[in-house]
Amino acid sequence: MIDRRRFIAGMALPALASLPEISSAAGKFWQPEELAQGTVDSAVLEAIPGKLPLIKRSYRPPNFETPIDYFRDPITRNDAFFVRYHLSGIPQSIDAKAWRLKVGGDAAAHPFELTFEQLKKDFHPVEITAVCQCSGNRRGMFQPHVQGVEWGIGAMGNARWTGVRLKDILAKAGVGDKAVEILFNGADGPALPTTPDFQKTIPVQRAMDDNTIVAYEMNGKPLPHWNGFPARVIVAGWTGTYWMKHLTNIDVRSTPLANFWMAAAYRVPAKLFMNADPFPTQLAEANKPITDIVVNSLVTSIHDGEHVKKGQIVTVAGVAWDGGRGIRDVEVSVDGGRSWVLAQLGKDLGNYSFRTFEHKFRAEGSPVVMVRAYNNRGDTQVDKLIFNPAGYHHNVIPRIKLEVA
Amino acid sequence: MKKILALASVAMLAAATLAVAGEDKVKLKDGPGLDKVRNDCIACHSLDYIPLNSPFLDAKGWEATVTKMQKAYGAPIKPEDAAPIAQYLAENYGKK
Repeated sequence: MIDRRRFIAGMALPALASLPEISSAAGKFWQPEELAQGTVDSAVLEAIPGKLPLIKRSYRPPNFETPIDYFRDPITRNDAFFVRYHLSGIPQSIDAKAWRLKVGGDAAAHPFELTFEQLKKDFHPVEITAVCQCSGNRRGMFQPHVQGVEWGIGAMGNARWTGVRLKDILAKAGVGDKAVEILFNGADGPALPTTPDFQKTIPVQRAMDDNTIVAYEMNGKPLPHWNGFPARVIVAGWTGTYWMKHLTNIDVRSTPLANFWMAAAYRVPAKLFMNADPFPTQLAEANKPITDIVVNSLVTSIHDGEHVKKGQIVTVAGVAWDGGRGIRDVEVSVDGGRSWVLAQLGKDLGNYSFRTFEHKFRAEGSPVVMVRAYNNRGDTQVDKLIFNPAGYHHNVIPRIKLEVA
Repeated sequence: MKKILALASVAMLAAATLAVAGEDKVKLKDGPGLDKVRNDCIACHSLDYIPLNSPFLDAKGWEATVTKMQKAYGAPIKPEDAAPIAQYLAENYGKK
């Protein structure tokens, strides 16, 4: 039952070799100062099987955040990639040989099943580098605070995903004229049968997009168990809620899905975020589903309150990303927003990827560093939080004060 | 799938608990109602969700959270337990 060979193959071996078998480190780690006190106090660095020590937000279901240092690299390593589950009925391991992907639904002409080998052999493989970001990334930084998993900045990661286009799988199933949504279900589920199983849909149009794939590799290795082994959905540009892990079912539906996870959760007020990608079959009067990731950036080289020497060259570096238009510019201010200069951008790994940036300046006076990214549509980050009750889309421009002495 | 999940839910819960074992270390503040919190909340999640979400919810906020657990997530909270649980949460992990 346990496919141990496959599971171990999914781990990054060099890093694990230097780790004890069961690792629990209580080292110091940075957390944003906006987090609530209880959030800060209940966080510990802890390693779950196959992962480096990550920031524990909750043990069960496991919600573990990537510490900021790993975002200095534009690609997030598999063993540092964040872990997010809604429900605690998670298979401890999945046998890829026994795994089946069922493709059907009431608007599919030819339902069929795939083995893992067929998924890899019967379709043209594609690759995409894309940011997976939890909808609630940075929720813990909301003011006022809102209830949920109180994430800091690390409920995200950027990986090179290998898989097959969803539209190629759907072509084999035959998407009928009545199709409106494509449903995903995974092997994980609730602890109790009274809890709604985690199932999600996306619009047919988004399912047919070249950048929506079923991935079986992450950075050239099998998916880590906690990131959806053996196969997960990649809806590049859209938030992680649609990226179903441990994928078992794809249904072509003639009706919109109205479960808790679509109709009540993962929604934003109807009149906010008007630039967002549409989800026409899921609109309500008061709200609409969250869709694409808003333009954002993260400074990884300096922290608020850090001490620097007078005259020292300070590097402002980090990553910028958005929902797939691609990063056009990153602007940096070191004088609290009075003047802005363009940062130097790193290698372009594609529109759905992190883009690194860097700017150096000499520390004088009382520097207040601010960073704002722009995407190719001209969208940028906000000066003031766009409050919404579920705590989504935090892309506030940071103010990082440095102490010069 | 659903049927298998329902049947295997107890085993899966145990498996998940084994995989991420640190939750034994979560200690909640002593107080009236803690026994009911322990009893009614741990079927679905570790208790660190409580300090994680503190101290920013007021009494109404914690009441709404307990109701959400019952109505949206189908938590097996006995009707007579809901109020004491919300009171414990507001008293020990609420906004002052």
